[in-house]
Amino acid sequence: MTTFTVNGTRRTIAAAPDTPLLYVLRGELELNGAKFGCGLGQCGACTVLVDGEPVFSCVTPVMLLEGRAVRTLEGLGSAEAPGPVQAAFIAEQAAQCGYCIAGMIMRAQALLERDGDPDDAAILAALEPSLCRCGTHVRIVRAVKRAARAMAGKMEAVR
Amino acid sequence: MKRVLLLSLVAAGCGALAALAYAWHGEMAPVSPPPAAAFERAQIERGASLALIGDCRTCHTAPGGPTFAGGLAMPTPFGTIYSTNITPDPETGIGRWPLAAFVRAMREGVDREGRHLYPAFPYDHFSLTTDADLAALYAFLMTRAPVVATAPANQLPFPINIRLVLAGWKLLFFHPEPFANNPARDAAWNRGRYLVEGLAHCGACHTPRNLMGAEIRSRAFAGGEAEGWTAYPLGAQSPVRVPWTKAALAQYLREGWQADHGVALGPMGPVTENLAEAPAQDIEAMADYLASLGTPASKTAMPKAPAPDASGQRPQSTGWQAAAIALPADTGAGRRVFAAACAVCHQAGRPLPLGGVDLALSTALAAETPQNLLNLILRGVPAADGLAAPVMPPFAAMDDTALTALLDYLRRDIAARPAWPDLAPAITAARRAASPQTNVNPAKGAP
Amino acid sequence: MTQALSRRAVLRGTGALILAFSLSGRAFAQTETGASATPLRGLPGSLDATPRLDAWIRIAPDGTATIFTGKAELGQGIRTALLQVAAEELKLPLSRLDLITADTGRTPNEGYTAASHSVQDSGTAIRNAAAQVREILIGEAARRAGVARADLIARDGVIAGPAGLRLSYGELVSDTLLHVDAAPTSILTDPRDFTVMDRPVPRVDIPAKVTGGAAYVQDMRLPGMVHGRIVRPPSYGARLVALDAGPVEAMPGVLKVVRDGAFLGVIAEQEWTAIQAMRRLATLARWEETAQLPDEARLPEALMALPTRDTTILDVGQPDAPSFTLDTLFTRPYLSHGSIGPSCAIAHLEGDAMMVWTHTQGVYPLRDALAGLLAMPPEKVRCIHAEGAGCYGQNGADDAGADAAMLARALPGRPVRVQWMREQEHAWEPFGPGMVARVRAALGPDGAITAWQHDVWSQSHMMRPGPPGTLLAARDKAEPFPPAPPVDLPMPEGGGDRNAVPLYVLPNARAVNHFLPEMPLRGSSMRSLGGYLNVFAIESTMDELARRAGQDPVEFRMRHLQDERAKAVITTAAERFGWKDRPKPPAGGGYGFAFARYKNLEAYCAIALEVAIDADTGRLIVTRVMAAVDTGQVVNPDGVRNQIEGGIVQATSWTLFEGVRFDRRRITSVDWAAYPILRFSRVPRAVEVHIVPRPGLPFLGAGEAAQGPMGAALGNAIRDASGQRLATLPLDASRIRHAMMDPPPLR
Repeated sequence: MTTFTVNGTRRTIAAAPDTPLLYVLRGELELNGAKFGCGLGQCGACTVLVDGEPVFSCVTPVMLLEGRAVRTLEGLGSAEAPGPVQAAFIAEQAAQCGYCIAGMIMRAQALLERDGDPDDAAILAALEPSLCRCGTHVRIVRAVKRAARAMAGKMEAVR
Repeated sequence: MKRVLLLSLVAAGCGALAALAYAWHGEMAPVSPPPAAAFERAQIERGASLALIGDCRTCHTAPGGPTFAGGLAMPTPFGTIYSTNITPDPETGIGRWPLAAFVRAMREGVDREGRHLYPAFPYDHFSLTTDADLAALYAFLMTRAPVVATAPANQLPFPINIRLVLAGWKLLFFHPEPFANNPARDAAWNRGRYLVEGLAHCGACHTPRNLMGAEIRSRAFAGGEAEGWTAYPLGAQSPVRVPWTKAALAQYLREGWQADHGVALGPMGPVTENLAEAPAQDIEAMADYLASLGTPASKTAMPKAPAPDASGQRPQSTGWQAAAIALPADTGAGRRVFAAACAVCHQAGRPLPLGGVDLALSTALAAETPQNLLNLILRGVPAADGLAAPVMPPFAAMDDTALTALLDYLRRDIAARPAWPDLAPAITAARRAASPQTNVNPAKGAP
Repeated sequence: MTQALSRRAVLRGTGALILAFSLSGRAFAQTETGASATPLRGLPGSLDATPRLDAWIRIAPDGTATIFTGKAELGQGIRTALLQVAAEELKLPLSRLDLITADTGRTPNEGYTAASHSVQDSGTAIRNAAAQVREILIGEAARRAGVARADLIARDGVIAGPAGLRLSYGELVSDTLLHVDAAPTSILTDPRDFTVMDRPVPRVDIPAKVTGGAAYVQDMRLPGMVHGRIVRPPSYGARLVALDAGPVEAMPGVLKVVRDGAFLGVIAEQEWTAIQAMRRLATLARWEETAQLPDEARLPEALMALPTRDTTILDVGQPDAPSFTLDTLFTRPYLSHGSIGPSCAIAHLEGDAMMVWTHTQGVYPLRDALAGLLAMPPEKVRCIHAEGAGCYGQNGADDAGADAAMLARALPGRPVRVQWMREQEHAWEPFGPGMVARVRAALGPDGAITAWQHDVWSQSHMMRPGPPGTLLAARDKAEPFPPAPPVDLPMPEGGGDRNAVPLYVLPNARAVNHFLPEMPLRGSSMRSLGGYLNVFAIESTMDELARRAGQDPVEFRMRHLQDERAKAVITTAAERFGWKDRPKPPAGGGYGFAFARYKNLEAYCAIALEVAIDADTGRLIVTRVMAAVDTGQVVNPDGVRNQIEGGIVQATSWTLFEGVRFDRRRITSVDWAAYPILRFSRVPRAVEVHIVPRPGLPFLGAGEAAQGPMGAALGNAIRDASGQRLATLPLDASRIRHAMMDPPPLR
């Protein structure tokens, strides 16, 4: 048994401890955000955040997550109330098939949480581990910049 | 701190004594950038090969920046030094350098204006290079595309930021001699030694340095450090399981991997990328010389453990990953982590370079410190830029307890060596080095 | 015409996947969409095959409408575009529309969602059907209210008329009202009055996709669902010689090991268990493999040495010039579709009925193939489209559907989800075929083209279902189906010869399609089919000829064109880019221009771009791309832009990096380490797409318009920067580096 939080909720996992997190999220926890893309940590479709850092859930056995905080796409918002990064992706229509986008958004979220005003190079570097095949890259970069502005504006409003 | 203090004392003493006598170098008059037509094509091509062997572009190119335009930050124990622009741009590069100034920089570590250069630029190796080769390198560099780029200022503490101090350093540690052939050895070996000791500057990383940052010549190739990575000992002191042969070295240098040793990673990665394009006979010569450095006395070739699928018929179209092994209930934590996170690729039988290396052969596990292994686990091997190359995911999510257990298991059970002592500080240091930019984007400086 | 069946192919045993066939491949699937090439009724778009209006549109008593399309959402935004078309002509708000996509149980049969035909086929059908439904409703309202039609207007789901007359669609509709055949003509909304079409309506599918909604077949969880995995042979034609499945059957959580000849699968309660069982089973199977693949390093030679069926597709004037100014062999390797999500399907056998949820591009053809495979009547097999990751042609979708059906048949009553592994997708999907194109051209003294010859060698680009033998499972079975005969898609759309006929006005020109009935590697449709290489070849040659003639490449194209729409996109791209006044590029920089009209039938696209090349490493960055496109009447301008941008970036990846790798036995490029594609560090730094407005003109497909021009523009920019013409794809760093080492170009 492994226990960790997923999107803020404490979960005790029945799956064998060597099961990669991806299959626990998609199977036991019935979450769709993390996608199976390669199972090899090469494409980024399965990216989730563990204690704020992006990880490939497809190669992360749950035994490594005892007591940790996992965040998935579902933890950032919903279709009705999307989070700022999700809203930016919708506003920029930054998807074609959209299969890679969950991973992109998680990487963007991690980047923006540690750097509120990333330049182009920082955005490209942060997204480098994630593959997109439709060629939506240009829009994805735009969406990350839009999200940065939105998050900065929100911070401004709080102050 | 101790290091800086000591250095200050020595520098002050040496500086005072030597400054006038030794430190002074005059400025060489600038020239108009020579036109491309001033150089023979054959000479340029020879220079191109030598630049590859010299790994010039690796240090003189900022990440994502134009080749040879400099600006790469090089962390040293003394502070950060930025590489300079060696494109022929007249204002910000070396466009106005006469050949003599280039030769002086390579041989004496002094720039055209007469300023001493920090030994991060390995003139202590380059000084061996012949006149003809330096002229060829010059021809190559002067025919590159000029790029306007000024490197950021070095970040060095006093007194190291005073270049005159380097005169004292040179007095103590820099005694260049021209290269002399060893008549007892054949031409290939001598060529290899000329390149390895000279332009290729292997010792700059693979030889330990003293407190003042100078290579300890008496311990040549005994292993050193570069950019937070261990540069393994070469020759008789090499920790490898399977001794290097000339053929294995040549393949490794040319292709960046070797089945019995692994894949070139960290700062060695770009070195082999350069060498891949260098003349084959030069690589052979380097391998010849490196092989002559000797093999570890006590070690003999170890038979490779058979892959789980010895038949070689594993249908890779189900994936190159191994099925989980049922572990007994009393299995230790380290082996459990290994089985879940590592074995799936490293015991799956996919051939190198794209497959995971057989960890029993891995030099990282046999090395004196866990530094490289930690770097690999925490950073992984990112995908190469558009090239077919191995990819290993990072396992930064592994906490210190799991990491410690894993390293103990790998070291004792897989590498069959005594456990590394005191893993905690090594883990902390490796985590710090591996973490993405902390709170600010360093390219833009602190807020 | 040469008709040949090679001895090697004949000798190949039943285990071989690949077999040459010269029988009539034209018996089915005459077109890439599977639609009939000749109209049956003269009705617009897909109405011609499915004329009943209520097959396309149904209106509920509450006034909401459901639209039915036989096309599938592949990430190209078709769902939103079709809804826009329906909303516009029905005069109903988008929020009151629902859309049902490809489902053999519910929607019209529109063949394959392919060939940039969806808006043209289905959009046209839905637009006309919607317009006719609207007019029927107006007529019904006029009848009921006893007023003249001309006094009535349809707006927001209501027919309004004089004296406050308001009849909602829900009130007006009855069971039989729309159960009528479409008329040949419709009263279509004037583009000037559009309120929904030609507007950048946000995609309806994106919110779920970015928030973790159930958006893909991979996300479906049916009650009682179990997980299947397949163990594919290690290589084409491998024979299973021994298997002891006992240890796998004994694994806890494993429900079944399914074996039918060399078709091997496992079913388990949990997905991770299924993966473990698959891996175990793979190590227990012993295969006999044969070395039957060509030498990868000499692929063009190997292709050109195969027997051919030749068709002359263009022959005007006297193309046999005494000598040619240029004679270039352009080649491309096999390309992987590279879907980010490997193929997946769910199948469920209940009683005597099989349901399959699949991301196939053609639910009806797959249904027919599965019925054959399972020996079931077609009406007992239902295929329902559920989205997968972008496919860009025929990836493993259909095969995964067959795999799921095979497993579901072995475990009746339980839905079985089959997810392919990454390596299976990379090794077993049908690739975009490796190809060779030779272009010869002569310039006259006035700098105009006097002779042109284009020869193209390619295997079939159309091995989609229909025949069961197109499916891997059908070939692996103990009693295998015969391999499907190779289909040579005919002109004008063409297959390997797609876009091999230049749109330029050439007085003396010939083009010959050397169709290869043999298939060294499994191949089928991949975005733009042969168009990518043929446009690369033609546009590289045009660029080179312009240089030889001392003319500007844009002006040189213009003087050889008569098509005004072609000229308009070229002019637009050139002007917006600033082509005429382009400054001399910095060292390592270069400019490239290219143009094509996809298939000579669909969208027009011209691309101007600038690159920066690091001469020392051959690393190329596209710094700026300006594209101009004419897609006829636009439904969703942002959708068009998204498609063109995507085509530009995807073609950058194909052109700079990609090629399927193999040894003499096996496909070796089985993951992203071995088959690298573009990552963010190489993304074009600025991409702009300009749409040349063509209100009221027929829809022209946009999904494949950019790939050919983008590849060619890159080649032309490298030529500009290096002085060297690269003709062997991919134009990778090593090739660019060597080109840059050669003497600098004379500007």
